[in-house]
Amino acid sequence: MKIGIVCPYTWDVPGGVQQHIRDLAEALIAVGHQVSVLTPADDDAPLPYYVVGAGRAVPVPYNGSVARLAFGFLSAGRVRRWIREGGFDVLHVHEPAAPSLGILACWAADGPIVGTFHASYERSRMVSVTAPILQSALEKVTGRIAVSEAARKTLVEHLGGDAVLIPNGVATERYAMADPLPGWPGRGDGAEPRPDGGTLGFLGRIDEPRKGLQVLLKAFEILGRRRPGLRLLVAGPGDADDVLAKVSPQLRDRVVMLGLVSDEDKIRAYHSVDVFVAPNLGGESFGIVLAEAMSAGAPILASDIEAFRRVLLDGRAGALFPVGDHEALAEAAAELLDDPARRKLLSAEARAAVRAYDWSTVARDVVRVYETVAVDGAGVVESGVGA
Amino acid sequence: MGPDWLLDVLLWAAGLFLLGLYVSWRATRLDRLHVRVETARAALDAALVRRAAVALELAASRVLDPATSLVLATAAHEARTADADGREFAESDLSRALRAVVDQPDFRAMLASRGDGTALLDELEAAAQKVAFARRFYNDAVAATRIARRKLLVRMIPLAGRAPVPDFFEIDDAAPRF
Repeated sequence: MKIGIVCPYTWDVPGGVQQHIRDLAEALIAVGHQVSVLTPADDDAPLPYYVVGAGRAVPVPYNGSVARLAFGFLSAGRVRRWIREGGFDVLHVHEPAAPSLGILACWAADGPIVGTFHASYERSRMVSVTAPILQSALEKVTGRIAVSEAARKTLVEHLGGDAVLIPNGVATERYAMADPLPGWPGRGDGAEPRPDGGTLGFLGRIDEPRKGLQVLLKAFEILGRRRPGLRLLVAGPGDADDVLAKVSPQLRDRVVMLGLVSDEDKIRAYHSVDVFVAPNLGGESFGIVLAEAMSAGAPILASDIEAFRRVLLDGRAGALFPVGDHEALAEAAAELLDDPARRKLLSAEARAAVRAYDWSTVARDVVRVYETVAVDGAGVVESGVGA
Repeated sequence: MGPDWLLDVLLWAAGLFLLGLYVSWRATRLDRLHVRVETARAALDAALVRRAAVALELAASRVLDPATSLVLATAAHEARTADADGREFAESDLSRALRAVVDQPDFRAMLASRGDGTALLDELEAAAQKVAFARRFYNDAVAATRIARRKLLVRMIPLAGRAPVPDFFEIDDAAPRF
């Protein structure tokens, strides 16, 4: 299919929506679709071949923060030309309610238009003044996608109507290979014997009780005494001293706090541990961290909450322990550390199971949305001025 | 300086012209919504037909046992031949039949061992998901149209012409766990 994708925010500024569009576009291209992405970008910014710049975005206050958006007659003209010359089968507008290229594209095009809603707010600043303006553009969106239950709820409450849910994908390839962090042996092929040591890993907010670090620390008190070489690698934002104060002094130097890490170091961290522990107490709808660890092939030990059990295929792609039970966690971790063959098997199963959350799967679902709205094959045409 | 009545006439004419523009803009929007409903309905019908066709194909493929085939074929046939009143019930029944069949333990593994079973199952998965998508988009279009038609202007001036008020399509379209 010929697909035109509209990004509302400046391409070269890092952000969730831009990342989503990049991953989606590349997954679509990989299966043979023709993709053109229209985005605000500085004129000299280096862009991938499938991206078309629509001029500089201007920082303006919007929805409680400053966003870099593209609007005005110049942008509208460029959007119009891109639509006229593109000959797209379907137009895919991201965040169509933002005052940027997305809403301009809805205005300038007729035909199958898919809209993806990313943002979720507790309270929206969309008010009665903006509603009619939004309404006449959003009416033209023939298929709506929400990337999360929260985004869908925001859409239903503030704009009316409904959307299908297609969650973000995980770029599993990006996590697949990395060197361990300096000073950490790494797990090799996942089958190194660890007679008295090994490494447990944790990633997430360290001061958020529901992430369950306190459960892991209690388990480490038991296990750290039994295994003098065992270390615990903790990555994530929060007050490290608070956490270390809870660890017995004789174990403290074996708990390493990385703090907030870069994406690159995060991937290396997944490759530095023998067992990745997800001791969450609940409240996870999916567990993006778990999916990342699985993509990296880390053997996983996770609490037996509904979301994790589903992602880990009832324990086949990662060991499970009863929620909040630090003794069971310690036992299960010891068993895994003593059993390199099982770790290797879990690693392979995790890599296979996470394919279901890969961008290729997301792109397949999105293409089904395209095929559903573009059923009459008429394609996208330029709209009459002012319509 | 012309007579006062000329100014009045000009003002009235300008006012009527602007009102006409506004009404025509609203009529265009409403017309577009009706087109959107029709397109979405066509997509929904196509998705339902496709799903029933794949279910029939699976039933006829001899990769299933005869009892399972019969369950699928009956439900798919009912869905295809139902009249307007029975359509929603028949399509819901097909959804239930599909779940009962596909959610059997190790169904995918069993099919994978037989000929083109996996390919058929993948087609069925796509067809079932597209039914859910198409129905969501159709109902969304219907909701927007119904809201637009309740507006005062549209009720005062019959902007919608003789187009009937579209109805929601309510079925159980939960997909099996493929």
